[in-house]
Amino acid sequence: MRMRLSNDEALFRQEIRQFFSTQIPEDIQERSAAGETREPDDIAAVQRILNEHGYAVPSWPTAWGGRDWSPVQEHVFLDEMHLAHVPEPLTFNVDMIGPVLCEFGTDEQKARFLPGTANLDIWWCQGFSEPDAGSDLASLRTSAVRDGAEFVVNGQKTWTTLAQHADWMFALVRTNPDAPKRQKGISFLLIDMRSPGITVRPITLLDGSVEVNEVFLSDVRVPVANLVGEQDHGWTYAKFLLGNERTRVARVGVSKNRLAQAKRLAGETPAGRGTLLDDPILRARIAEMENELAALEVTLFRATSGDVDQAAIASILKLRGSELQEQTTELIADIAGPTALAVDGPSDEIPRWAQRSIRSYLTQRKVGIYGGSSEVQRMIIAKTLTGR
Amino acid sequence: MDFTLSREQAALRDAVRELYRRSYDIERLRETATADRGWRADVWRSLADTGILGLAIPEDLGGAGAGIVEVATVMTELGRVLAPEPVLDSALIPADLLLRSNNPRQWQETLEGIASGELLGAIAHEEWGDRWPHRAIATSATETIDGWILSGSKRLVKHGDVADFYLVSARAGDDVAVFMVDGSTQGLSRTAFRTPDRRRGAHLLLEKSPATLIELGDPDAALRRVETLEQVALCAEAIGSMEEALRITTDYLGSRKQFGAALVTYQALAHRLADLHVLVEMARSMSLYAVAVVEDGAGETRIASRAALQVCRSARAVGHESIHLHGGIGVTEEYVIGQYAARLMAIEARLGGALEHLQQLASGIDSYDKVALG
Repeated sequence: MRMRLSNDEALFRQEIRQFFSTQIPEDIQERSAAGETREPDDIAAVQRILNEHGYAVPSWPTAWGGRDWSPVQEHVFLDEMHLAHVPEPLTFNVDMIGPVLCEFGTDEQKARFLPGTANLDIWWCQGFSEPDAGSDLASLRTSAVRDGAEFVVNGQKTWTTLAQHADWMFALVRTNPDAPKRQKGISFLLIDMRSPGITVRPITLLDGSVEVNEVFLSDVRVPVANLVGEQDHGWTYAKFLLGNERTRVARVGVSKNRLAQAKRLAGETPAGRGTLLDDPILRARIAEMENELAALEVTLFRATSGDVDQAAIASILKLRGSELQEQTTELIADIAGPTALAVDGPSDEIPRWAQRSIRSYLTQRKVGIYGGSSEVQRMIIAKTLTGR
Repeated sequence: MDFTLSREQAALRDAVRELYRRSYDIERLRETATADRGWRADVWRSLADTGILGLAIPEDLGGAGAGIVEVATVMTELGRVLAPEPVLDSALIPADLLLRSNNPRQWQETLEGIASGELLGAIAHEEWGDRWPHRAIATSATETIDGWILSGSKRLVKHGDVADFYLVSARAGDDVAVFMVDGSTQGLSRTAFRTPDRRRGAHLLLEKSPATLIELGDPDAALRRVETLEQVALCAEAIGSMEEALRITTDYLGSRKQFGAALVTYQALAHRLADLHVLVEMARSMSLYAVAVVEDGAGETRIASRAALQVCRSARAVGHESIHLHGGIGVTEEYVIGQYAARLMAIEARLGGALEHLQQLASGIDSYDKVALG
């Protein structure tokens, strides 16, 4: 039993820390730390730097730029990235469509899409959720009907993250409405977002940001060559894709940064004769959250070293990770207190973090909802316990 | 990083598991708990034969020469079966303190006695008004021409009802020191008590009781280290109890039917199970973390507090919810789940409690920026 990193792992951490501190432009890190990352520019700039140094897609097969890292190395890389306030790579490219194409794509699809996906020359979005298919994804209704060498796609996707920047969408579509099981009639299609018949309507979130969109598809023609794997087998590829998120969802580093920020801000906030950080109740709340975060981080380590039930681990990390992300943003709103009331105006009067705090907290409530809500995660966990 | 057990450690775990599988069932456990001292001498001998009682004593002093990983592994198994034998209190902790003395060889006979199961020790540290981490130590030690004598009272001595010797903290002038006191010595009286989890203990009164000084370089530090070991071991024990309580509860919800369906099919109950599972995993993580840190040679109290806080939180929830999810039989003395809840409450109380550990951690939050492991 060994908690510390091995010598090799510690050297690896040094190397990665060095890389992030010297190669990523400071202004990108500063904007990220302040929650003001410029999309798509900052994300694309970082991804190209990563790609230049061979760090763009470490978890892919080595033939396509992967690094064959151990789970511990993958964790260390991500952790250092968070701690250095480097915006995360676009998950749709790196964690989702890339691995799916590597595993199930044709040679032609791999050659056509993978290099651009790794370098973010292609910005992907994920066309899964629909107005009537949220947690119950298999009830999706967007249809694709074969017409010669093309599919004709009709329907609506929603909650499509960053679709406003997307060049391509990977989508689940229903190709066989008569399949005996709903899951059996779904196919996995790659759709060019410039195709005629696609309309993207941005949805503004509670903090004023535009992150998600509705995507309407009306008689969109998609070449059969853009079908991934076999027709009607898309559900298999979707499950493979979702299983790839695993450890990333905990976002321990992000919550760590936020708690450290909370302490700094509380220490700068006058209260009575001292600062807010003198308040024993606030200190206890912070200490409790720090401890929960430490427990989550060790659980993450255990997951990477295989010492935990693999069926439940992704759900445990998602559930706890999102609770802590919500709690830490809530904490910052509480520290801002009445100063959170001015959401604009001069920042020398009310600092920008305080102006943003309530709206950020409200928007961050999304993490317990997306990627399988907390209740869905609990059902999965209960299932692994009871076997039913 | 590596959290897996070596082959030897896994074999040790299996040996303890097997020993208890052969020794106890629920009925036997209940009989034993109500019998005189609350545990079985024959099982104690088996534990000695398996090398458990001298687990962390070096081989040249009569023990098995193992470390904290093995101790924690054994404790988890003891917790799983609610083993009543006082392995930690009467053997592991007294041995640990003696081994911290300047010359452990001086205590070879005692250490061999612990390892062979012939001698039961106990730490007598706590006094009236003490609450972890505060230890007043008002018991006085006086050096006479015939040697040291101790006067004062010690309370809540775990398994102090049957100890052959006590390791007693006392104040010699301003300095804290630790003494060996024979259980049958003059001027020592003990008042036995029972605990809510059917264990035993005693309060001690020392009236000019003869004692032998245990030379410790820094007695305060040694006592703190022993406390840390105790906390880490109790955390590991709690993990076993929680895992088993959750397993029993899950089985129960799977078999018990109401309104024509197994209880586990009701989402409200399934979600409560899931939350418990998450809490047990978090506690297991922090317990392993504390073990790994101690194994690396650091014995920082903050690390033990991190584990203790999480274990207290998880233990409370598991005990509380396990009873509720069982319904009425959860509150009965004859059904085992309530005993798990009682043990978990007792462990919490012994650990120092969530409040105290949270206070410790809260007092240190501005000494670092980002919370970090290690």
